[in-house]
Amino acid sequence: MTSEDGSVPTLVEPTAIVIDVTTDVEAPATGIEIPDTPAPEEEPERERELVFELRDLEVRYNGHPAIREVDLDIAANEITAFIGPSGCGKTTVIRCLNRMHDLTPGAHVLGRVTYHGEDLYGPKVDAAEVRRRIGMVFQKPNPFPKTIFDNVAYGPKLNGRKRSEMADIVEHALTRAALWDEVKDKLKQSGLSLSGGQQQRLCIARALAVEPDVILMDEPCSALDPIATARIEDLMEQLKAEFTIVIVTHNMQQAARTSDRTAFFTADVDDEGKRIGRLVEFDVTEKLFTAPSDPRTEGYITGRFG
Amino acid sequence: MSTVVTTPPGASKLGPRPRSRARKVKNVVANILISLTFVIAMVPLVFLVVYVVQQGAGSISWSFLTADLPFVDRFPGGGMGPAVAGTLLITGAASLMAIPLGVLGGIYLNEYGGTRPLARLIRFLSEVMTGVPSIVMGLFIYTLVVLNTKEQTGFAGALALASLMLPIVIRTTDQMLALVPRELREGSFALGSRRVRTIRTVVLPNAAAGIVSGALLAVARAAGETAPLLFTIGLATSTNTDLFHGTNTALSVQIFHNATSSFTPAQDRAWGAALTLIVIVFAFTILARIVTAFFARRQAA
Repeated sequence: MTSEDGSVPTLVEPTAIVIDVTTDVEAPATGIEIPDTPAPEEEPERERELVFELRDLEVRYNGHPAIREVDLDIAANEITAFIGPSGCGKTTVIRCLNRMHDLTPGAHVLGRVTYHGEDLYGPKVDAAEVRRRIGMVFQKPNPFPKTIFDNVAYGPKLNGRKRSEMADIVEHALTRAALWDEVKDKLKQSGLSLSGGQQQRLCIARALAVEPDVILMDEPCSALDPIATARIEDLMEQLKAEFTIVIVTHNMQQAARTSDRTAFFTADVDDEGKRIGRLVEFDVTEKLFTAPSDPRTEGYITGRFG
Repeated sequence: MSTVVTTPPGASKLGPRPRSRARKVKNVVANILISLTFVIAMVPLVFLVVYVVQQGAGSISWSFLTADLPFVDRFPGGGMGPAVAGTLLITGAASLMAIPLGVLGGIYLNEYGGTRPLARLIRFLSEVMTGVPSIVMGLFIYTLVVLNTKEQTGFAGALALASLMLPIVIRTTDQMLALVPRELREGSFALGSRRVRTIRTVVLPNAAAGIVSGALLAVARAAGETAPLLFTIGLATSTNTDLFHGTNTALSVQIFHNATSSFTPAQDRAWGAALTLIVIVFAFTILARIVTAFFARRQAA
């Protein structure tokens, strides 16, 4: 889906090599259609600006592959959803995108992941810098046991923002996370005093305060009730204009409601009885849910398995 | 399987189900045994405290806590001043050495070392060190320090106590850090925080209560030790505030010397010193509780 207004996000300057999508299109093994180079005299149709390109991604835990052969393109200002049964490697894949696996002993990422054309796992890449640009919201709300204000200010402080700016930054982030009105009178209270849904929005505000380019959400609503879930989904829709969002969800309706593109993963069982996750299908959400091209996708979305 | 429960008329349906005679008997027997073991466990504890207070309370006075020791232990009078000062100074110096080092060691083990061979070796060694008899620590410092400097000093005693405290502090820190939820660490890392910052701003504040109370319990343990000090600090009858020169003394050592004396005035002083030491150790334990409660309340607020 090309964004209608054709806006190019300028929030974060790509750090190094900017891939020129109009000329440098490698033949991907994904089956994802990448349009041909438009003829110069035609009104050029705006390309999807790719934020992430995953090529032959494989993640191993202690030598055993948990997911293999993932080829995926994630475009700017879109919501990309990862769906699939438990244990199919959705979370494993999303954690590759901000190098969270660096923190897991025994985890090993193979293949290529590029972010705005730059190899995310390149030798000169600093994982902490990566995570400043690519924020993450976790399955279980995990506010720090600090005040609401300090939770949001944590990231900006890290980036050396001045104390005098902090009140504005915090208000802005909480407003964007649709939490300001509920907490503006109790910023000095602990983040843990909030309800589960509010805590999750606090975690979103905390991520937004760092001014990232991408927000990764790992089942952000699985611990929330339907009303809190609806609020987060509304919020995602608003945030899409400024951010690229990747969401892992167990909930197919959520993927269908919120996302522009959906990737369906499943797990094969190998000879030793171990599960290996695979990407089955990646397409425009509407197409994936109405006319899936793989029988396994159809089986999953119609509830025949998983 | 469905059992029909007959409820007598008028009784509440939610009342206890009728129990068999055998179960009632078992219940009573178990209750008696549990209460009995509790009482047995309390006997030595209560007896010890009551007896020490009885014997020692008579000697306690301000002058007992501050006055110098008599030169000859069969003389009555005098006080435990040098020993009180020695215990506080030597334990304090030991804490200054062992606590920062131990906390840093624990941070290394849990945050950096993980399951690396070096970390596993250190973890294993500190477990072994916890089990080393304290007199061995005393002998170790005696051969390593006292024999080389040719002088028994408070500092040598502090070193012996520090080697005793160090493994305790390392282990409690390691264990308390392991209890900090992984989600909090990940939350911090996901914002672009580096390891040092994550440890300083998220991990340590969360584990502070446990680390502080663990350290204070190690202090209490060290304050009560006699064996590591016996060969290392020597004896003194007047207060020596210089830890690096001259012999020193401590409450535990004075208890040992005075209690093994055959003269009544010395034995009375030993009781007084015992009570003083119990109160000091107890104060540290209470302080540990207060600190834990303080941090727990701050976390919840």
